[in-house]
Amino acid sequence: MEIGLTHFLVVSTMVFLAGLFCVLTRRNAIGILMGVELILNSANLNYLAFSRYSSVNYDGQMFAIFVIMLAAAEAAIGLAIVLGIYQTFHTIDVEATDTLRL
Amino acid sequence: MTEFSMFPVVFYLMAAITVGSAFGVAFTNNIFYSAIALMFTLLGAAGLYVMLAADFVAVVQVFVYVGGILVLTLFAINLTSRIGDVSVSNRSLGRFPSFLVLGLIGYSMVRAIRTAAWNVVEVGDPVPTIEAIGDAFLTQYILPFELASLVLLAALVGAVVLSRKELKEVRG
Repeated sequence: MEIGLTHFLVVSTMVFLAGLFCVLTRRNAIGILMGVELILNSANLNYLAFSRYSSVNYDGQMFAIFVIMLAAAEAAIGLAIVLGIYQTFHTIDVEATDTLRL
Repeated sequence: MTEFSMFPVVFYLMAAITVGSAFGVAFTNNIFYSAIALMFTLLGAAGLYVMLAADFVAVVQVFVYVGGILVLTLFAINLTSRIGDVSVSNRSLGRFPSFLVLGLIGYSMVRAIRTAAWNVVEVGDPVPTIEAIGDAFLTQYILPFELASLVLLAALVGAVVLSRKELKEVRG
């Protein structure tokens, strides 16, 4: 069977589901960030699949590069916040950091 | 012709690496093993990008994700978790409701993928994309490109400010 658009879309769906599971079940803040990165990767895979199979220009690849750039910024800020949380609370369990909760 | 018949084999290999290690990231209990599995996911995704004729994006993926973000993540893991803490990854939502959510979303997404009438064009042979991407960055996408550099600068400064230790002493 010819490998086509839907094959890549199904792969990206599976990566998305793994990332969603990671975000839903982890209480470790770094684990949640890794889940977010999986989700961003699945979105990138979709961009590139549509860029290859249903367009004639490189717009999808440009967007994928911008997504990678924003993911780098997000990881830097997110991990800095995690380190700050660790210095304040001495844990990175996101359920322990509920100081603002009433 | 022989290269053409190799395409599905390589695709299924890359897809297996990507999806298998993605679920490894999700299911392993040790956060350090999650990071290592994430590396294989990112490399497998880079292989899939090459198969989608996106050579430049694949190289950027390896540089930025594997070389940058993953190393940063490993640093954060080693800086935050004490040795006894490494395997602690207790769950906020139980596994069963998560599987329920995943099943519902996955079923609807796969169903949508299979039933939608995608607008598919004829694909040509893969060609190098770097020249076209460089042109687009400096013509059509010049404003987002410059904004991206501002965002990166702001993220750099923000990360330094957020993770600085002696904030109180400096202020007082």
